[in-house]
Amino acid sequence: MSILEFSALIGLGSLLAGFLGALTGLGGGVVVVPMLTLLFHVDIRYAIGASLVSVIATSSGAAAAYVREGYSNIRIGMFLETATTIGALAGAAIALHVSGSSIAVVFGLVLLYSAFLSSRNRVEHGAHLPSSKLAERLRLGGSYPTSEGRQSYNVRGVPAGYSLMFGAGVLSGLLGIGSGAVKVLAMDQAMKIPFKVSTTTSNFMIGVTAAASAGLYLRRGYIAPGLAMPVMLGVLGGSLIGARVLTKARVKVLRYLFAAVIVVLGIEMIFNGATGRL
Amino acid sequence: MKAPNWDDLRIETIIGTLLRTGVILSASVVTIGAVIYLLHHGHEAANYTVFHGEPEALMGLRAILHGALHGSGRAIIQFGLLLLIATPVARVAFSAVAFALEHDYLYVVITLIVLAILLYSLFGAG
Repeated sequence: MSILEFSALIGLGSLLAGFLGALTGLGGGVVVVPMLTLLFHVDIRYAIGASLVSVIATSSGAAAAYVREGYSNIRIGMFLETATTIGALAGAAIALHVSGSSIAVVFGLVLLYSAFLSSRNRVEHGAHLPSSKLAERLRLGGSYPTSEGRQSYNVRGVPAGYSLMFGAGVLSGLLGIGSGAVKVLAMDQAMKIPFKVSTTTSNFMIGVTAAASAGLYLRRGYIAPGLAMPVMLGVLGGSLIGARVLTKARVKVLRYLFAAVIVVLGIEMIFNGATGRL
Repeated sequence: MKAPNWDDLRIETIIGTLLRTGVILSASVVTIGAVIYLLHHGHEAANYTVFHGEPEALMGLRAILHGALHGSGRAIIQFGLLLLIATPVARVAFSAVAFALEHDYLYVVITLIVLAILLYSLFGAG
């Protein structure tokens, strides 16, 4: 395959990945690495480098819109970024020392878990639980716009959320994904932050988390410009289109379909990793 | 519970603009690099099956800048990707200033910790 054809095909695939990722809220990163490795037989280390770059692009692009709407909480984001960035550095350091096959197996397991999380029904928790002492000292509480004006919320479960965030950072650095699902889990479930604030703050944090490992990847020669170029432009374009049609589309069916695709990809990643083909 | 003050909202608007500008700038540079790269190398065979690491010329900041100024398509793409990685870093650096203007010194410290980790990743860690 010539570089021209290769770039065009990967650009198109990434466009689709970014589009579906934005529509379903799962992010394009989770399908980019399986697509590159399983379909185009790209070495998983190059795939992770390219995916990481696309994750920064979509996060920064989307966060620009959310931040201005006033949903994301920059204090919560910044505080938890101390955990995700250290985790991301650790994850990238691990990635430099383990085999591509074992990364593929871990990737597959994370895919299966993301599919499980996305198919589960969300239980809205009470917004009026009192703040914990630590959350109060860190001034993590805030308010966000609702149909009935700005609604304030309290934060608790800081140690549990912080630990989960470190884990999210490790996964992001190791696998080149945003690990938004784990970030939302940490804020929404562990820290009882309203879902809309959790998802937008998570998106806001993903770029900084990914940048923490991208620097290390770049300086180790894992980011190949010829590969990262179509992936980054494709995923970014796709996610921008996805965000446009998001308000009009019925996403429920699409969500289940995407979850099914992720399960298949997850099993393939585990199988190919375990048999040493990746 | 304190209401969001005007300063917080203003900071968020500036951060939004900063992120958007960074992404647009980076995507434009990458696109320019892509055109040059594909014109020169489009007909060669693509091969990413075996990992061998990118050459020194595409790893360090100085080497990338040098290649980009000499019109190398891949170095220009890599420079665009560096701008992209720098965008969240700039966002964090700006936040440190913004928290200082709000006299929120606890968050100045927290933000500087994040900034230090990012700079360590970009310039420090072996």
